[in-house]
Amino acid sequence: MASLKDLRNRIASVKATQKITKAMQMVAAAKLRRAQLAAEAARPYATRMASVLANLAASVGGDADLPRMLTGTGDDKTHLLVVCTAERGLCGAFNSSIARLAREHANSLLAEGKTIKIICVGKKGHDILRRTFAKQIIEFVDLREFRNVGYEQADMVGRKVIERFAAGEFDVATLFYSRFRSVIAQIPTAQQLIPAQVAGEAGAEAGGGGAIYEYEPSQNAILDQLLPRNLTVQIFTGLLENAASEQGARMSAMDSATRNAGEMIKKQTLIYNRTRQAQITKELIEIISGAEAL
Amino acid sequence: MSTFHFELVAPERILYSGEVESVGLPAAEGDMTVLAGHAPVMATLKTGFLVIAEPGSADKRVLVQGGFADIGPKGATVLAERALFSEELTVDELDREIARARSVADAMEDGAEKEDALAAIVRLEDAKATLRA
Repeated sequence: MASLKDLRNRIASVKATQKITKAMQMVAAAKLRRAQLAAEAARPYATRMASVLANLAASVGGDADLPRMLTGTGDDKTHLLVVCTAERGLCGAFNSSIARLAREHANSLLAEGKTIKIICVGKKGHDILRRTFAKQIIEFVDLREFRNVGYEQADMVGRKVIERFAAGEFDVATLFYSRFRSVIAQIPTAQQLIPAQVAGEAGAEAGGGGAIYEYEPSQNAILDQLLPRNLTVQIFTGLLENAASEQGARMSAMDSATRNAGEMIKKQTLIYNRTRQAQITKELIEIISGAEAL
Repeated sequence: MSTFHFELVAPERILYSGEVESVGLPAAEGDMTVLAGHAPVMATLKTGFLVIAEPGSADKRVLVQGGFADIGPKGATVLAERALFSEELTVDELDREIARARSVADAMEDGAEKEDALAAIVRLEDAKATLRA
């Protein structure tokens, strides 16, 4: 049986932890708001880009010398997995669920006899994937020095992917990130980057509405410029969604941690009070029986 | 003069959205001006100034570095990765942009792309000269 002092110490330590988790929850809530706003502000660019691309792709359909980023290399032997995770932990299952999705994907590709290469964006995913895929990880992008992800970081990652694609290092690229649904639901998502996936009718509808476009300089030249940007935009969107998801996951993780700490404090206080009363009763009995003996 | 809807969108946010009379674009094959009812065009942009003419106020000039213009029946949209409004533009900021563009160009191998990048730097220098004047 723990002594009263032990119990007091235990309660004090849980209280201190609760204060930390509570503070982290509030910080995450504030950051989540900002991340959500950033993700929303970035949406118009991504949707416009998708509709422009859908328009273009619909009008060039069937042309033989389309850029390879749209049509693919005609092969799917080597896959590139771009895994975006957070730089920090303490956000529930956020990092591990993205890593798990990537790992499942990688394992099924390996089982089919394909080669995989992995680019890790974010330290946590790298830490997790390093254990199983140490040899396949070809690059690790560290975003710790940037407080908020911006377009420039996405551009940096995008450039790396495009350079490797141009060098013929892989055939298919897939982006892994967590889509932000709500504070309690973040959905790990795999999104194909290369060959580019073109939005269907929804995109075309939002765009020109079937108008006949003129192109300057030419459709292919525009596609050549548009595709790398579209890739970067997708990575950018992924990073922003990830940022919001991370804060959301941290918020709910810290919320339940705070609640658990509260419960623990309640239980420990109950034990503490019982022990204290038991001791007082024991002392009283000792005094009374001592007095009776006189 | 009739107006049409114009939007300038950067990856991070919408920079401009409103009814305008005309928009001047630094399109890849020469500057062009878009008025209401323009035929649908999709064009790439080079480094240069967008000129936004709003009804009843002075023209707004925006420095863009590459991007796309999508001119459709419903209105025009410019997707620009880097855009700076000329009111907010300072010589220092331009110097930073020039330095950035130069470092990008230096990293490139010789070829058409590098020439484009160098031409972009020249246009940025021009912009600086007009700003000083």
